[in-house]
Amino acid sequence: MITKRIIPCLDMTEGKVVKGIQFVNFRNAGDPVTLAKEYDKQGADELVFLDITATTENRKILLDVVSRTAKNVSIPFSVGGGIRSIEDMRLVLENGADKVAINTGGFNNPKLIADCANYFGSQCVILSLDARQVRKNRWNVFINGGTTDTGVSAIEWAKKAVSLGAGEILLTSIDTDGMKKGFDIELTKTISKNVNVPIIASGGAGKIEDFYDIFKKGKADAALAASLFHFGELTINQVKNYLRNKKIPVRL
Amino acid sequence: MIVIIDYGLGNLGSVKNTLNKLGVDSMISKSIDDIKKADALILPGVGSAKQGMKNLKKRGLDKILINEIKKGKPFLGICLGMQLLFSTSEEGNVKCLNVVDGKVKMFSSKLKVPQIGWNEVRIKSLELRVKNLFKNVLDKSSFYFVNSFYCLPDDKSVIVGETEYEINYCSVLLKNNITATQFHPEKSGQIGQQFIKNWIKLI
Repeated sequence: MITKRIIPCLDMTEGKVVKGIQFVNFRNAGDPVTLAKEYDKQGADELVFLDITATTENRKILLDVVSRTAKNVSIPFSVGGGIRSIEDMRLVLENGADKVAINTGGFNNPKLIADCANYFGSQCVILSLDARQVRKNRWNVFINGGTTDTGVSAIEWAKKAVSLGAGEILLTSIDTDGMKKGFDIELTKTISKNVNVPIIASGGAGKIEDFYDIFKKGKADAALAASLFHFGELTINQVKNYLRNKKIPVRL
Repeated sequence: MIVIIDYGLGNLGSVKNTLNKLGVDSMISKSIDDIKKADALILPGVGSAKQGMKNLKKRGLDKILINEIKKGKPFLGICLGMQLLFSTSEEGNVKCLNVVDGKVKMFSSKLKVPQIGWNEVRIKSLELRVKNLFKNVLDKSSFYFVNSFYCLPDDKSVIVGETEYEINYCSVLLKNNITATQFHPEKSGQIGQQFIKNWIKLI
């Protein structure tokens, strides 16, 4: 049986791992390579690396950090931030990434998702979708590192991106991000119901029970967390052992 | 020297990193000369079958690969690199290398497609070569999969590992000098490295 994945996320800026609250107030969480190695050892199922200021600073992703991180892990490694062309994607893959997350670049130019999926295959194109609730049962897509409300429904964009070829969705709730009060179950469940690709839920993990809830109630296929793991509040193994005891399939 | 075939697709860097960690001599190359001189070949895979065949043909690598495989050179196909060995693929309805009889089909959409994540491999054969390929790898170990399509060999005896994703499908294939995996051993942590180490010992 396919197992549910636990994925630590390295949000990067200026070559350092940082963690913010609702996409602002970042604090330093350490060196990416050291953290990546540690998570690989702890039994993480994947690693996600997001260069969170590449788009807003209008620059390319930090390829040397991607490459150094990739050389030190033996598990799947997804990279995102500032991807605007097939060439950007090719460079990231060439530097050791296995999958590439497309966010603002894909929203502004949906053809990019189709082109990348046709060229590299859907399985390595992740739609990174940042959403915020604007009223009851309505979430909008936010781009440019969560700073711009597009006015477009998250459900509609998720469906469209999947039809264009996105093979997975990294779904971050800006409302719950960094709040540590649990994942956004309503948003995750809603998107998961509307598309047929795996959903990585992100934003809000604060305690071990949150992981059970996001798989059981939120219908997520993977759960992503950052500060919990970076600051050593929980280890990946603790989370997985807990889930296995609660009959959620995990790899141990 | 193991040559990792560069056909403009695939996570070549990941495969190379793993071989480096194991202390094995390898190079990434698209040169026909290098491929002919290699002791063994790896065809990695991230990408679509249609683009994969197009790229192989454009570089004149399709015929060379078929030749080298038929001559008996040890060969490891990973993910798309496994699927391209078959006669045809539903992904873009393309003719592939046809060194393994059978076809590549898409998962039905009852489950999420692509399958992404860690799934178990059940060892289907007690042959000595298979035992060696899975040395220090327990039955039902989990490996990392990312695939929307799966291989359906005509000759079931080549299936040495099976995985369940709605259906049971061939996740490891062994046919003479050809080894192929639907999962990514280079991304499957310690267990994946052990699998690659075993394959290298077989060749």
